[in-house]
Amino acid sequence: MSLLEVRDLIAGYGPVRVLHGVTFNVDEGEVVVILGANGAGKTTTLRALSGMIPAKGVVAFAGHSIVGWQTDRIATAGVGHVPQGRGTLSDLTVHDNLLLGAYSRRDRAQINADIERWYAIFPRLGERRMQAAGSMSGGEQQMLAIARALMSRPRLVLLDEPSLGLAPIVTQELFRTLGDLNREDGVSMLVVEQNAGLALGIAKRGYVLEVGRIVVSGSADELAHNDDVRRAYLGI
Amino acid sequence: MRSRRQLQVLALATAVVVLAFLIVLPHQYGSTNTTRWAQALYIGVAAMGLNLLTGYNGQVSIGHGAFFGLGAYTSALLVNQHGWQFLPTLLVAGPLCFLVGVAVGFPALRVKGLYLALVTLGLAVLFPDLTKHYVHVTGGTNLVAMTGSELAPPAWVPTSVSAIGRDDQWAYYVTLAIAIGLFLAAMFIIRSRFGRALIAVRDHEAAAATVGINTSFVKVSAFAISALYAGLAGSCSVLVDHLANADKVQTFQISIEFLVAVVIGGTATVVGPLVGGWLVVFLQHWISDSLPKHVGSISVLKRTLANPAASPAIFGIILILFVFVLPDGLVGGVRRLVSRIGRGDVNDIQPSTTPLTT
Repeated sequence: MSLLEVRDLIAGYGPVRVLHGVTFNVDEGEVVVILGANGAGKTTTLRALSGMIPAKGVVAFAGHSIVGWQTDRIATAGVGHVPQGRGTLSDLTVHDNLLLGAYSRRDRAQINADIERWYAIFPRLGERRMQAAGSMSGGEQQMLAIARALMSRPRLVLLDEPSLGLAPIVTQELFRTLGDLNREDGVSMLVVEQNAGLALGIAKRGYVLEVGRIVVSGSADELAHNDDVRRAYLGI
Repeated sequence: MRSRRQLQVLALATAVVVLAFLIVLPHQYGSTNTTRWAQALYIGVAAMGLNLLTGYNGQVSIGHGAFFGLGAYTSALLVNQHGWQFLPTLLVAGPLCFLVGVAVGFPALRVKGLYLALVTLGLAVLFPDLTKHYVHVTGGTNLVAMTGSELAPPAWVPTSVSAIGRDDQWAYYVTLAIAIGLFLAAMFIIRSRFGRALIAVRDHEAAAATVGINTSFVKVSAFAISALYAGLAGSCSVLVDHLANADKVQTFQISIEFLVAVVIGGTATVVGPLVGGWLVVFLQHWISDSLPKHVGSISVLKRTLANPAASPAIFGIILILFVFVLPDGLVGGVRRLVSRIGRGDVNDIQPSTTPLTT
């Protein structure tokens, strides 16, 4: 059984339906990427999975049906979310942001050890631990958002366009780190991206979302060689 | 890091000096001044609570005068109509205001910003009508006027605290004790996991939910806690002023005074609202009592200040200046100054040469 099983997911904003029955799955330890243009429904998919907007259909996470759950309950059940725009808590320090990431945990000693680990992985966060998070650069804030989401030790992390607004070299570093984290910690990832090249580089499988429907699915390799995908998302 | 340590020592030393001053104060001042200080303290207590809601949690209320009034009426009626001692009424007024805060906090979840401000304004408008409907005491009105003997200290209080004719000392010390207790509670709340959650919900509600924070619970709790602070402040006001009263102007005005105390003292600082409460009370007295004496023989100024509209107008102008000169309040301004002297400009952010990741 998959870690995350999504079938016929329907969601939208008020009367506007954005997702018209989306079906996919993420296995334990897998990185899965969903590609799609602006307005295809990538962010909406992640928001529906996290319970930020009402949704219909089947969403099974680790054997629980989580459709209709509140966001905080889904988070506590083991789904981390790196929201679009990073969701930085600007006035809090970097350290407090990371502590908040561990909000659902009570093992204080282990929490502090985890924070030190993130400072080792992202030295820039360590340097700025007592600085207001909002004063950091976009790349640093993205690192913080990822570290914060992983502070809860989730089984699955949802990443909403992590490359958005970042310099190409920063994006490359970011995806390399994500790949490392997946290999070392075995945390599953669902990444939605427009930057197909880098995302497919760390993914095992992928899907293409168009106007609220999955139109292509396959292994990362197959997608990278699919003519339609290459034309639309790899700019070749 | 060493300068951080020095700042902590400095803050602790300041706290000890201020506390010592507050403890000996009634023995140095007459009853008029002691009462004024007690008033500053209870305004400060209500403002501390409002700051937890507005400053730390981002929910603006301009109706906390209603909770203040509820606390005041609870204590006043229990003492005046049911013959209670004053102190036990706190155990009723506090929890009651907390519960009403929960009841108001739930509908408040549905509205934000200006709309929330309007809803809370409704509370301030509604409360005086409720008291007029249900309370008929002094001359059949909703005014509860009380005598000194009703509010006299219990027998176990040493007479050095309650010398004959100085009930104001008793009222002052009770208010001071409550202010200190609630100040420490606010410190504890802000440094706790719940305190971080308050700020997270203010800064970015959606992101707060994604780390597992139950945002509804946090917002309703903030409302209830701030209502408890305002209610206990109201109870203290009965002990200090010997009356409970609610008319529309007054309930609205005191709601605004709490907000003013938060803003000029320092939003989202624990001690700011207490300083702000002091400023609100003493500035207004200074303008109406002392300022006219200082202008001496300049007759134009004298005539202007004699106008009853002059005091509020001058107070208003001072508030505007405050917001321009110290946008983060008195405490925020002092904090900026100290950290600038201590370790260079806080806004100086050093560019880093370390790569983003290893």
